[in-house]
Amino acid sequence: MTHAEHHDHHHHDDGQEPPSALVLRVKALESLLVDKGLVDPAALDAIIETYEHKVGPRNGAKVVARAWTDRAYKRRLLADATAAIAELGFGGRQGEHMIAVENTSMVHNLVVCTLCSCYPWPVLGLPPVWYKSAPYRSRSVIDPRGVLAEFGLMIDEDVEIRVWDSTAEVRYLVLPERPAETEGFDAEALAALVTRDSMIGVARVASGR
Amino acid sequence: MNSVHDMGGMHGLGPIAPEADEPVFHRVWESRVLALTLAMGAWGKWNIDASRHQRELILGVDYLAMSYYEKWLAGLIELIVKSGLASRSEVASGRPVKGAPRSVPPLTAARVAPALAAGGPFTRDVAAPARFGAGDEVRARTINPTGHTRLPRYVRGRRGIVERDHGVHVFPDSNARGAGECPQRLYGVRFAARELWGAASGKRDTVHLDLWDAYLEPA
Repeated sequence: MTHAEHHDHHHHDDGQEPPSALVLRVKALESLLVDKGLVDPAALDAIIETYEHKVGPRNGAKVVARAWTDRAYKRRLLADATAAIAELGFGGRQGEHMIAVENTSMVHNLVVCTLCSCYPWPVLGLPPVWYKSAPYRSRSVIDPRGVLAEFGLMIDEDVEIRVWDSTAEVRYLVLPERPAETEGFDAEALAALVTRDSMIGVARVASGR
Repeated sequence: MNSVHDMGGMHGLGPIAPEADEPVFHRVWESRVLALTLAMGAWGKWNIDASRHQRELILGVDYLAMSYYEKWLAGLIELIVKSGLASRSEVASGRPVKGAPRSVPPLTAARVAPALAAGGPFTRDVAAPARFGAGDEVRARTINPTGHTRLPRYVRGRRGIVERDHGVHVFPDSNARGAGECPQRLYGVRFAARELWGAASGKRDTVHLDLWDAYLEPA
Protein backbone atom coordinates (compact mmCIF):
# COMPACT_ATOMS: atom_id res chain seq x y z
CA MET A 1 0.00 0.00 0.00
CA THR A 2 1.40 3.38 -0.87
CA HIS A 3 1.71 6.12 1.69
CA ALA A 4 -1.07 8.03 -0.05
CA GLU A 5 -3.44 5.07 0.06
CA HIS A 6 -2.59 4.40 3.67
CA HIS A 7 -3.20 8.03 4.50
CA ASP A 8 -6.52 7.99 2.72
CA HIS A 9 -7.69 4.94 4.63
CA HIS A 10 -7.83 7.10 7.72
CA HIS A 11 -10.19 9.53 6.07
CA HIS A 12 -13.54 7.86 5.67
CA ASP A 13 -16.31 9.46 3.71
CA ASP A 14 -19.04 7.61 5.53
CA GLY A 15 -19.97 10.49 7.82
CA GLN A 16 -17.98 9.23 10.78
CA GLU A 17 -15.13 11.67 10.23
CA PRO A 18 -14.81 14.97 8.40
CA PRO A 19 -14.41 14.28 4.67
CA SER A 20 -10.88 14.51 3.32
CA ALA A 21 -9.76 17.13 0.83
CA LEU A 22 -9.81 14.36 -1.78
CA VAL A 23 -13.43 13.49 -1.11
CA LEU A 24 -14.37 17.14 -1.33
CA ARG A 25 -12.48 17.53 -4.60
CA VAL A 26 -14.32 14.61 -6.18
CA LYS A 27 -17.66 15.90 -4.92
CA ALA A 28 -16.92 19.36 -6.32
CA LEU A 29 -15.94 17.91 -9.69
CA GLU A 30 -19.03 15.73 -9.92
CA SER A 31 -21.27 18.61 -8.92
CA LEU A 32 -19.67 20.88 -11.54
CA LEU A 33 -20.01 18.29 -14.31
CA VAL A 34 -23.63 17.58 -13.39
CA ASP A 35 -24.45 21.32 -13.26
CA LYS A 36 -22.87 21.84 -16.66
CA GLY A 37 -24.91 18.98 -18.09
CA LEU A 38 -21.75 17.05 -18.91
CA VAL A 39 -22.66 13.92 -16.94
CA ASP A 40 -25.90 12.30 -15.88
CA PRO A 41 -25.66 11.30 -12.19
CA ALA A 42 -27.92 8.31 -12.86
CA ALA A 43 -25.43 7.11 -15.48
CA LEU A 44 -22.66 7.31 -12.87
CA ASP A 45 -24.73 5.16 -10.53
CA ALA A 46 -25.40 2.66 -13.32
CA ILE A 47 -21.68 2.36 -14.11
CA ILE A 48 -20.82 1.74 -10.45
CA GLU A 49 -23.69 -0.74 -10.08
CA THR A 50 -22.37 -2.63 -13.11
CA TYR A 51 -18.88 -3.17 -11.70
CA GLU A 52 -19.91 -3.60 -8.08
CA HIS A 53 -22.64 -6.14 -8.69
CA LYS A 54 -22.93 -7.36 -12.28
CA VAL A 55 -19.56 -7.69 -13.97
CA GLY A 56 -16.91 -9.57 -11.99
CA PRO A 57 -14.92 -12.78 -11.68
CA ARG A 58 -18.04 -14.95 -11.49
CA ASN A 59 -18.31 -14.34 -15.25
CA GLY A 60 -14.81 -15.66 -15.85
CA ALA A 61 -15.50 -18.62 -13.54
CA LYS A 62 -18.41 -19.62 -15.78
CA VAL A 63 -16.16 -19.50 -18.83
CA VAL A 64 -13.56 -21.68 -17.10
CA ALA A 65 -16.10 -24.19 -15.80
CA ARG A 66 -17.66 -24.49 -19.24
CA ALA A 67 -14.23 -25.12 -20.78
CA TRP A 68 -13.58 -27.84 -18.18
CA THR A 69 -16.83 -29.62 -18.96
CA ASP A 70 -17.23 -29.11 -22.69
CA ARG A 71 -14.30 -30.05 -24.92
CA ALA A 72 -15.68 -28.38 -28.01
CA TYR A 73 -16.19 -25.15 -26.04
CA LYS A 74 -12.63 -25.32 -24.74
CA ARG A 75 -11.36 -25.65 -28.32
CA ARG A 76 -13.39 -22.61 -29.34
CA LEU A 77 -12.17 -20.66 -26.30
CA LEU A 78 -8.52 -21.33 -27.09
CA ALA A 79 -9.04 -20.60 -30.79
CA ASP A 80 -11.15 -17.42 -30.47
CA ALA A 81 -11.70 -16.39 -26.87
CA THR A 82 -13.65 -13.22 -27.71
CA ALA A 83 -16.30 -15.22 -29.58
CA ALA A 84 -16.39 -18.09 -27.08
CA ILE A 85 -16.79 -15.69 -24.14
CA ALA A 86 -19.54 -13.87 -26.05
CA GLU A 87 -21.42 -17.18 -26.31
CA LEU A 88 -21.91 -16.93 -22.54
CA GLY A 89 -23.09 -13.34 -22.88
CA PHE A 90 -19.92 -11.59 -21.73
CA GLY A 91 -17.93 -8.99 -23.62
CA GLY A 92 -17.48 -5.31 -24.24
CA ARG A 93 -15.37 -2.64 -22.64
CA GLN A 94 -11.82 -3.78 -21.90
CA GLY A 95 -12.56 -7.23 -23.28
CA GLU A 96 -12.94 -6.42 -26.96
CA HIS A 97 -10.00 -8.64 -27.95
CA MET A 98 -9.67 -11.65 -25.67
CA ILE A 99 -7.15 -14.47 -25.57
CA ALA A 100 -7.36 -17.45 -23.23
CA VAL A 101 -4.10 -19.11 -22.18
CA GLU A 102 -4.16 -22.62 -20.74
CA ASN A 103 -2.28 -23.83 -17.69
CA THR A 104 -1.10 -27.42 -17.84
CA SER A 105 1.22 -29.58 -15.75
CA MET A 106 4.09 -28.17 -17.86
CA VAL A 107 3.04 -24.55 -18.46
CA HIS A 108 1.99 -21.85 -16.02
CA ASN A 109 0.61 -18.53 -17.29
CA LEU A 110 0.66 -15.22 -15.44
CA VAL A 111 -0.98 -11.96 -16.57
CA VAL A 112 0.26 -8.44 -15.82
CA CYS A 113 0.18 -4.92 -17.22
CA THR A 114 3.58 -3.34 -16.51
CA LEU A 115 2.61 0.02 -18.07
CA CYS A 116 -0.73 0.66 -16.37
CA SER A 117 -3.57 -1.61 -15.27
CA CYS A 118 -4.98 -3.41 -18.34
CA TYR A 119 -7.25 -6.23 -17.23
CA PRO A 120 -10.13 -8.20 -18.81
CA TRP A 121 -13.10 -6.36 -17.28
CA PRO A 122 -15.98 -8.37 -18.81
CA VAL A 123 -14.73 -11.63 -17.29
CA LEU A 124 -12.90 -10.48 -14.15
CA GLY A 125 -14.41 -7.09 -13.31
CA LEU A 126 -12.18 -4.27 -12.12
CA PRO A 127 -8.65 -5.23 -11.05
CA PRO A 128 -7.67 -5.56 -7.38
CA VAL A 129 -5.31 -2.99 -5.87
CA TRP A 130 -2.30 -5.34 -5.88
CA TYR A 131 -2.63 -5.96 -9.63
CA LYS A 132 -2.43 -2.20 -10.27
CA SER A 133 0.37 -1.66 -7.76
CA ALA A 134 4.02 -0.93 -8.46
CA PRO A 135 5.39 -4.09 -6.77
CA TYR A 136 3.35 -6.46 -8.97
CA ARG A 137 3.77 -4.45 -12.17
CA SER A 138 7.53 -4.17 -11.75
CA ARG A 139 8.49 -7.67 -10.69
CA SER A 140 6.10 -10.02 -12.50
CA VAL A 141 8.12 -9.88 -15.69
CA ILE A 142 11.60 -10.12 -14.15
CA ASP A 143 10.88 -12.51 -11.28
CA PRO A 144 7.61 -14.36 -11.85
CA ARG A 145 8.65 -17.23 -9.57
CA GLY A 146 9.40 -14.84 -6.73
CA VAL A 147 6.09 -13.04 -7.28
CA LEU A 148 4.17 -16.31 -7.31
CA ALA A 149 5.96 -17.41 -4.13
CA GLU A 150 4.62 -14.24 -2.47
CA PHE A 151 1.16 -15.54 -3.31
CA GLY A 152 2.12 -18.89 -1.79
CA LEU A 153 2.39 -20.57 -5.17
CA MET A 154 5.53 -22.62 -5.81
CA ILE A 155 6.17 -23.56 -9.44
CA ASP A 156 8.54 -26.44 -10.24
CA GLU A 157 11.69 -25.46 -12.07
CA ASP A 158 10.86 -27.64 -15.06
CA VAL A 159 7.50 -25.94 -15.53
CA GLU A 160 7.63 -23.17 -18.15
CA ILE A 161 6.32 -19.84 -16.92
CA ARG A 162 4.72 -17.59 -19.52
CA VAL A 163 4.16 -14.02 -18.44
CA TRP A 164 1.68 -12.01 -20.52
CA ASP A 165 2.35 -8.28 -20.39
CA SER A 166 -0.85 -6.57 -21.62
CA THR A 167 0.81 -3.86 -23.68
CA ALA A 168 -1.98 -3.48 -26.27
CA GLU A 169 -5.78 -3.80 -26.24
CA VAL A 170 -5.62 -7.58 -26.15
CA ARG A 171 -6.74 -8.95 -22.79
CA TYR A 172 -5.71 -12.27 -21.29
CA LEU A 173 -7.66 -14.83 -19.28
CA VAL A 174 -5.84 -17.75 -17.70
CA LEU A 175 -7.62 -21.07 -18.03
CA PRO A 176 -6.44 -22.78 -14.84
CA GLU A 177 -6.03 -26.53 -14.44
CA ARG A 178 -9.09 -28.36 -13.29
CA PRO A 179 -8.38 -29.54 -9.76
CA ALA A 180 -8.26 -33.18 -8.72
CA GLU A 181 -11.22 -34.84 -7.05
CA THR A 182 -13.81 -32.96 -9.05
CA GLU A 183 -15.06 -35.90 -11.10
CA GLY A 184 -18.80 -35.70 -11.38
CA PHE A 185 -18.93 -31.98 -10.58
CA ASP A 186 -21.18 -30.10 -12.97
CA ALA A 187 -20.25 -26.72 -14.46
CA GLU A 188 -22.01 -24.82 -11.69
CA ALA A 189 -20.19 -26.70 -8.91
CA LEU A 190 -16.89 -26.23 -10.74
CA ALA A 191 -17.49 -22.51 -11.29
CA ALA A 192 -17.88 -22.10 -7.53
CA LEU A 193 -14.29 -23.32 -7.09
CA VAL A 194 -12.74 -20.93 -9.60
CA THR A 195 -11.17 -17.84 -8.05
CA ARG A 196 -10.25 -14.50 -9.59
CA ASP A 197 -6.60 -15.08 -8.71
CA SER A 198 -6.52 -18.40 -10.56
CA MET A 199 -7.67 -16.60 -13.72
CA ILE A 200 -4.86 -14.02 -13.38
CA GLY A 201 -2.41 -16.85 -12.76
CA VAL A 202 -1.35 -16.13 -9.18
CA ALA A 203 -3.19 -19.12 -7.69
CA ARG A 204 -4.24 -22.66 -8.47
CA VAL A 205 -7.83 -23.75 -8.16
CA ALA A 206 -8.13 -25.72 -4.93
CA SER A 207 -9.29 -29.29 -5.01
CA GLY A 208 -12.96 -30.09 -4.71
CA ARG A 209 -12.50 -31.67 -1.27
CA MET B 1 8.13 8.40 -22.50
CA ASN B 2 10.63 6.85 -20.12
CA SER B 3 8.78 7.70 -16.94
CA VAL B 4 8.17 5.68 -13.77
CA HIS B 5 4.96 4.20 -15.16
CA ASP B 6 7.16 1.92 -17.29
CA MET B 7 7.92 -0.34 -14.35
CA GLY B 8 8.70 -3.73 -15.85
CA GLY B 9 11.92 -5.08 -14.35
CA MET B 10 12.33 -2.59 -11.51
CA HIS B 11 13.26 -3.67 -8.00
CA GLY B 12 12.70 -1.94 -4.71
CA LEU B 13 9.03 -1.08 -5.00
CA GLY B 14 8.02 -3.19 -2.01
CA PRO B 15 6.16 -6.40 -1.32
CA ILE B 16 2.93 -7.32 -3.09
CA ALA B 17 0.18 -6.97 -0.55
CA PRO B 18 -2.93 -8.87 -1.64
CA GLU B 19 -5.96 -8.10 0.46
CA ALA B 20 -8.38 -10.90 1.35
CA ASP B 21 -11.97 -10.26 0.29
CA GLU B 22 -11.06 -6.95 -1.24
CA PRO B 23 -14.06 -4.75 -2.10
CA VAL B 24 -14.41 -3.47 -5.68
CA PHE B 25 -14.02 0.07 -4.28
CA HIS B 26 -12.50 0.94 -0.93
CA ARG B 27 -14.14 4.34 -0.76
CA VAL B 28 -17.18 5.89 -2.37
CA TRP B 29 -15.07 8.62 -4.00
CA GLU B 30 -13.09 5.96 -5.88
CA SER B 31 -16.25 4.64 -7.49
CA ARG B 32 -17.29 8.18 -8.47
CA VAL B 33 -13.89 8.82 -10.08
CA LEU B 34 -14.15 5.63 -12.14
CA ALA B 35 -17.70 6.48 -13.20
CA LEU B 36 -16.86 10.12 -14.00
CA THR B 37 -13.92 9.00 -16.12
CA LEU B 38 -16.06 6.59 -18.15
CA ALA B 39 -18.97 9.03 -18.46
CA MET B 40 -16.76 11.95 -19.53
CA GLY B 41 -15.01 9.69 -22.05
CA ALA B 42 -18.37 9.39 -23.82
CA TRP B 43 -17.94 13.00 -25.06
CA GLY B 44 -15.33 11.64 -27.44
CA LYS B 45 -13.00 14.59 -26.75
CA TRP B 46 -10.12 12.23 -25.98
CA ASN B 47 -9.35 8.56 -26.50
CA ILE B 48 -8.09 5.84 -24.18
CA ASP B 49 -4.49 6.36 -25.29
CA ALA B 50 -4.64 10.08 -24.48
CA SER B 51 -6.19 9.17 -21.17
CA ARG B 52 -3.37 6.74 -20.32
CA HIS B 53 -0.77 9.26 -21.45
CA GLN B 54 -2.28 11.94 -19.24
CA ARG B 55 -1.67 9.71 -16.19
CA GLU B 56 1.90 9.05 -17.36
CA LEU B 57 2.48 12.81 -17.34
CA ILE B 58 2.02 12.90 -13.56
CA LEU B 59 5.36 13.85 -11.99
CA GLY B 60 7.30 10.68 -11.16
CA VAL B 61 7.50 11.22 -7.40
CA ASP B 62 3.78 11.91 -7.26
CA TYR B 63 2.96 8.95 -9.51
CA LEU B 64 4.57 6.59 -7.02
CA ALA B 65 2.95 8.24 -4.00
CA MET B 66 -0.61 8.61 -5.31
CA SER B 67 -3.25 5.91 -5.04
CA TYR B 68 -4.70 4.49 -8.24
CA TYR B 69 -7.87 6.56 -8.36
CA GLU B 70 -6.03 9.70 -7.29
CA LYS B 71 -4.08 9.32 -10.54
CA TRP B 72 -7.31 8.80 -12.46
CA LEU B 73 -8.76 11.96 -10.89
CA ALA B 74 -5.69 14.02 -11.70
CA GLY B 75 -5.70 12.74 -15.30
CA LEU B 76 -9.42 13.35 -15.75
CA ILE B 77 -9.19 16.95 -14.53
CA GLU B 78 -6.36 17.71 -16.97
CA LEU B 79 -8.28 16.17 -19.88
CA ILE B 80 -11.42 18.13 -19.02
CA VAL B 81 -9.50 21.40 -18.85
CA LYS B 82 -7.42 20.73 -21.99
CA SER B 83 -10.49 19.81 -24.02
CA GLY B 84 -12.31 22.93 -22.89
CA LEU B 85 -15.27 21.05 -21.38
CA ALA B 86 -14.67 23.04 -18.18
CA SER B 87 -12.15 25.63 -17.12
CA ARG B 88 -9.58 25.26 -14.37
CA SER B 89 -11.34 27.90 -12.30
CA GLU B 90 -14.64 26.04 -12.64
CA VAL B 91 -12.93 22.84 -11.49
CA ALA B 92 -11.40 24.71 -8.55
CA SER B 93 -14.70 26.25 -7.47
CA GLY B 94 -16.92 23.29 -8.35
CA ARG B 95 -19.38 25.71 -10.00
CA PRO B 96 -20.03 26.65 -13.62
CA VAL B 97 -19.24 30.25 -14.56
CA LYS B 98 -22.29 32.47 -14.77
CA GLY B 99 -24.10 32.16 -18.06
CA ALA B 100 -22.30 28.97 -19.07
CA PRO B 101 -24.42 26.98 -21.52
CA ARG B 102 -25.90 23.75 -20.19
CA SER B 103 -25.10 20.64 -22.21
CA VAL B 104 -26.92 17.35 -22.58
CA PRO B 105 -24.87 14.35 -21.40
CA PRO B 106 -24.21 11.80 -24.16
CA LEU B 107 -24.23 8.90 -21.70
CA THR B 108 -27.59 8.47 -20.00
CA ALA B 109 -28.35 5.76 -17.43
CA ALA B 110 -30.26 3.78 -20.05
CA ARG B 111 -27.28 3.81 -22.39
CA VAL B 112 -24.74 2.60 -19.81
CA ALA B 113 -25.39 -1.15 -20.07
CA PRO B 114 -25.42 -1.29 -23.88
CA ALA B 115 -22.36 0.99 -24.12
CA LEU B 116 -20.30 -1.09 -21.70
CA ALA B 117 -21.45 -4.34 -23.31
CA ALA B 118 -20.58 -3.07 -26.78
CA GLY B 119 -17.16 -1.69 -25.87
CA GLY B 120 -15.15 -0.21 -28.70
CA PRO B 121 -13.01 -2.57 -30.74
CA PHE B 122 -9.51 -1.33 -31.56
CA THR B 123 -9.14 -3.28 -34.80
CA ARG B 124 -9.53 -1.36 -38.06
CA ASP B 125 -10.60 -2.69 -41.40
CA VAL B 126 -7.76 -1.22 -43.44
CA ALA B 127 -5.10 -2.86 -45.56
CA ALA B 128 -1.79 -3.21 -43.75
CA PRO B 129 0.28 -6.06 -45.08
CA ALA B 130 1.87 -8.32 -42.46
CA ARG B 131 5.64 -7.84 -42.42
CA PHE B 132 6.05 -10.78 -40.08
CA GLY B 133 4.49 -14.18 -39.61
CA ALA B 134 4.44 -16.69 -36.78
CA GLY B 135 7.94 -18.01 -36.12
CA ASP B 136 9.76 -14.96 -37.50
CA GLU B 137 12.63 -13.59 -35.44
CA VAL B 138 12.28 -9.92 -34.66
CA ARG B 139 14.02 -7.31 -32.59
CA ALA B 140 12.20 -4.65 -30.61
CA ARG B 141 13.55 -1.34 -31.84
CA THR B 142 15.68 0.85 -29.64
CA ILE B 143 13.59 4.00 -29.51
CA ASN B 144 12.97 6.51 -26.75
CA PRO B 145 9.90 8.53 -27.71
CA THR B 146 9.14 11.41 -25.36
CA GLY B 147 5.40 10.97 -25.93
CA HIS B 148 3.15 7.99 -25.28
CA THR B 149 4.35 4.55 -26.28
CA ARG B 150 3.43 1.00 -25.37
CA LEU B 151 6.89 -0.37 -26.04
CA PRO B 152 8.33 -0.97 -22.55
CA ARG B 153 12.00 -0.19 -21.98
CA TYR B 154 12.74 -3.73 -20.87
CA VAL B 155 12.28 -5.22 -24.35
CA ARG B 156 13.91 -2.49 -26.45
CA GLY B 157 16.82 -3.93 -28.41
CA ARG B 158 15.88 -7.51 -27.46
CA ARG B 159 15.20 -10.38 -29.82
CA GLY B 160 11.92 -12.25 -29.80
CA ILE B 161 9.81 -14.59 -31.89
CA VAL B 162 6.49 -13.60 -33.46
CA GLU B 163 3.79 -15.94 -32.18
CA ARG B 164 0.62 -14.38 -33.43
CA ASP B 165 -0.73 -11.77 -35.81
CA HIS B 166 -3.55 -9.92 -34.03
CA GLY B 167 -4.58 -8.04 -37.16
CA VAL B 168 -4.64 -4.29 -37.65
CA HIS B 169 -4.99 -2.20 -34.48
CA VAL B 170 -5.06 1.50 -33.62
CA PHE B 171 -1.51 2.73 -32.93
CA PRO B 172 -1.41 4.32 -29.47
CA ASP B 173 1.72 6.41 -30.02
CA SER B 174 -0.03 8.60 -32.60
CA ASN B 175 -3.57 8.23 -31.26
CA ALA B 176 -2.56 9.53 -27.81
CA ARG B 177 -1.43 12.86 -29.22
CA GLY B 178 -4.41 13.28 -31.52
CA ALA B 179 -2.28 12.59 -34.60
CA GLY B 180 -4.62 9.91 -35.93
CA GLU B 181 -5.15 6.22 -35.40
CA CYS B 182 -2.46 5.16 -37.92
CA PRO B 183 -3.74 1.55 -37.75
CA GLN B 184 -1.06 -1.07 -38.21
CA ARG B 185 -0.33 -4.73 -37.58
CA LEU B 186 -0.12 -5.85 -33.98
CA TYR B 187 1.89 -8.95 -33.19
CA GLY B 188 2.13 -11.21 -30.16
CA VAL B 189 5.87 -11.55 -29.56
CA ARG B 190 7.56 -14.08 -27.26
CA PHE B 191 10.83 -13.22 -25.56
CA ALA B 192 12.96 -15.73 -23.70
CA ALA B 193 13.27 -14.59 -20.07
CA ARG B 194 17.04 -15.06 -20.38
CA GLU B 195 17.17 -12.74 -23.41
CA LEU B 196 15.58 -10.05 -21.27
CA TRP B 197 17.08 -10.65 -17.85
CA GLY B 198 20.11 -12.90 -18.19
CA ALA B 199 21.11 -16.32 -17.00
CA ALA B 200 19.44 -16.13 -13.58
CA SER B 201 16.01 -16.50 -15.20
CA GLY B 202 14.30 -19.83 -15.74
CA LYS B 203 15.70 -21.54 -18.83
CA ARG B 204 12.31 -22.13 -20.41
CA ASP B 205 10.47 -19.09 -19.03
CA THR B 206 9.11 -16.54 -21.49
CA VAL B 207 7.57 -13.08 -21.49
CA HIS B 208 4.94 -12.23 -24.11
CA LEU B 209 4.08 -8.73 -25.32
CA ASP B 210 1.76 -7.35 -27.95
CA LEU B 211 3.81 -5.04 -30.16
CA TRP B 212 2.90 -2.89 -33.14
CA ASP B 213 4.68 -3.10 -36.47
CA ALA B 214 6.50 0.22 -35.87
CA TYR B 215 8.11 -1.23 -32.73
CA LEU B 216 9.74 -4.12 -34.58
CA GLU B 217 12.48 -4.81 -37.06
CA PRO B 218 13.64 -8.11 -38.57
CA ALA B 219 16.30 -9.77 -36.40
